Amino acid sequence: MAKMAGKEMVVEALKREGVEVIFGFPGGAIIDIYDALEKDGSIKHVLVRHEQGAAHAADGYARASGKVGVCLVTSGPGATNTVTGIATAYMDSIPIVVLTGQVPTGLIGNDAFQEVDIVGITRPCTKHNYLVKDVKDLPRILKEAFYIARSGRPGPVLIDLPKDVQNSTAEFDYPEEVDLRSYKPVLSPHQKQIKRAFKLIEQAKNPVIYAGGGVIISGAHKELRKLAETIWSPVTMTLMGLGGFPGTHELSLGMLGMHGTYCANMAMANSDLIIAVGARFDDRVTGKIDAFAPKAKIIHIDVDPTSIQKNVKVDVPIVGDCRKALKMLIAAIEEDGRPSEIWKEKHEPWLEQLKAWNERHPLSYKTEEGVIKPQYVIEKLYELTKGKAIITTEVGQNQMWAAQFYKFDEPRTLLSSGGLGTMGYGFPAAIGAQMAFPDKLVVDIAGDGSIQMNIQEMATAMEQRLPVKIVILNNQFLGMVRQWQELFYDRRYVATSFQVTPDFVKIAEAYGAKGFRATKPEEVESVLKEGLETPGLVIMEFAIAKEEGVFPMVPAGKATTEMLLV
Amino acid sequence: MKHTLSLLVENSPGALSRIAGLFSGRGFNIESLCVAPTLDPTMSRLTLVTRGDDFIIEQIIKQLNRLIDVYKVVDVSEGEFVEREMALIKVKAEAETRAEVLRMCDIFRCKVVDVSPKTYTIEVTGPESKLKAVIELLKPIGIKEISRTGTIAMQREKKSS
Ligand SMILES: Cc1ncc(C[n+]2csc(CCOP(=O)(O)OP(=O)(O)O)c2C)c(N)n1
Repeated sequence: MAKMAGKEMVVEALKREGVEVIFGFPGGAIIDIYDALEKDGSIKHVLVRHEQGAAHAADGYARASGKVGVCLVTSGPGATNTVTGIATAYMDSIPIVVLTGQVPTGLIGNDAFQEVDIVGITRPCTKHNYLVKDVKDLPRILKEAFYIARSGRPGPVLIDLPKDVQNSTAEFDYPEEVDLRSYKPVLSPHQKQIKRAFKLIEQAKNPVIYAGGGVIISGAHKELRKLAETIWSPVTMTLMGLGGFPGTHELSLGMLGMHGTYCANMAMANSDLIIAVGARFDDRVTGKIDAFAPKAKIIHIDVDPTSIQKNVKVDVPIVGDCRKALKMLIAAIEEDGRPSEIWKEKHEPWLEQLKAWNERHPLSYKTEEGVIKPQYVIEKLYELTKGKAIITTEVGQNQMWAAQFYKFDEPRTLLSSGGLGTMGYGFPAAIGAQMAFPDKLVVDIAGDGSIQMNIQEMATAMEQRLPVKIVILNNQFLGMVRQWQELFYDRRYVATSFQVTPDFVKIAEAYGAKGFRATKPEEVESVLKEGLETPGLVIMEFAIAKEEGVFPMVPAGKATTEMLLV
Repeated sequence: MKHTLSLLVENSPGALSRIAGLFSGRGFNIESLCVAPTLDPTMSRLTLVTRGDDFIIEQIIKQLNRLIDVYKVVDVSEGEFVEREMALIKVKAEAETRAEVLRMCDIFRCKVVDVSPKTYTIEVTGPESKLKAVIELLKPIGIKEISRTGTIAMQREKKSS
């Protein structure tokens, strides 16, 4: 077998894992791998302007494509700059592999220049991580890293590569398969549990399917739809689950939780059976836990046993891949053979009730003469893009308005930092998504606060000629925090009002992109049209109502039925 | 409720800190922790004593199992088990108390492992309750230093087949 240097092994492994593009930023401790990448020449590298951008771009690439995203950075500050991106991916179960340079093994522990214990720092926010001490272990570690990142409940894996390991040689014996005695994710559910689940479904009068990000990760959207249509059950989704079931479907109740629809939250509160699929009963979804779904039995499908029984008591736990579990459940229902009319009839009164709730308090907003309402911007964006864009979001009100007013029909079309809520995620994630799908329309819906957290990536997008469209909903506030101050802190707007906001149109121009601005409602449509039709990178800025709120809202710690409404 | 967990983990550099980090990061507590290699040098046996209601213990076990380095987790306190801990205790042993300390050692079957003009160092082994009793009785005499191993445990084999 041919001997190979560590740096070449890295490149070779990336190729064998099918990696086509990586995101990174160089430095002294990773320069050798950059050199090897260039010599090989078959992997596209996207040079970012900040390593956080690289991690988010790899994450956006992974979310949009379903493949593993990869980023490459140097030791010390290069590595620490990725931490927010790694934690973001960890919280949302996104498969990325982060390769960090490290000082030579002989210097580790000496406080060498640009040395940091990145393996120690990222231990709690990676699915697994490695410090490679011997080049002989490198092929195995590379193989394991990709396997661990994408299998079971996916997540980020970090490999720390000391400079001497990159340059020493060994035989490159790349394993075909991974067999880890201590890591065997359970993918196939127990048939017995499926039978028990079916029994509950059979008895339920007021079922709700509660779908989370697991549906999208496991590619279970078709099965989910089949299940819902077969038993004619309404479906509500978490932020991470949007697109896992068509938002325009008559059985869709939209998003649930803190800023969920009135109907979805009422449905959960009054349901007698919750079928949770790849969701984890996060506090933003349950509200006050003691008051959560008091009448409901719960079936919980999840590939990660720790998610089950963590926050709520579950009647039928089903550990396994969502898609497999749903297939088995559908098979059990088909075996029973009941025609769908029977199911429909059983759930008809419930669906009538849901309809009444929805009519009582649909998602809505008040219009105001001469003022641009952010919800209107999203509605128009939805119309003009025919719901076909890949939407990324920043965090805050912009994110919630996007989730509420853009109807996602397809999986992997909403990329948003749900678990960590990372401002500055959306734009670099859009770059990653656009790299995965050069021909699709990718739009970042942003707030004027969040966009400034990674605005330097404008240069990256320009360099790669990426036609990402940025919609900035500019309220000159850190809007979501301001909303909390308005509602719960007697309108004391501490540190949320910007005295200075840059001219975003000029920023666009400074980077060589195009910028458009709307300050009146009648300009919204034309700015969107023009912006979307303009080739290349575009910023569209909308001067929106400054003190608009996101409603419904369940105040933190309150029961989900205690919603503040429009 | 107190639980004694017995883990088999990969004998790899990060394993212990991953486990310790999991406990601190998720707000679980560790009362004691003991670790050493098994007959298979690539695996370590780790015994961990923790407290929590059933809900928390279930989470702890699941979270431990989720770590890539953890091969197996058993809550030995669920069934019959033996547990042992060892302590080295340096007690004041001056003219008037030397005999008293030795008498106590005798009763509890402790060993004197080091002697100096003013101290005895004694070794005591047993379940935690025994160690506690010895420590309580020696306290009035004057404990200068104490070092404990933490609990190790093993499930009992079934007595009948
Ligand atoms: C990195 C980071 N820092 C702080 C926060 C807390 N936070 C949540 S929403 C928000 C305001 C976001 O403001 P902006 O981007 O302007 O969006 P808006 O809410 O106005 O739409 C802040 C500061 C966060 N989520 N992420």
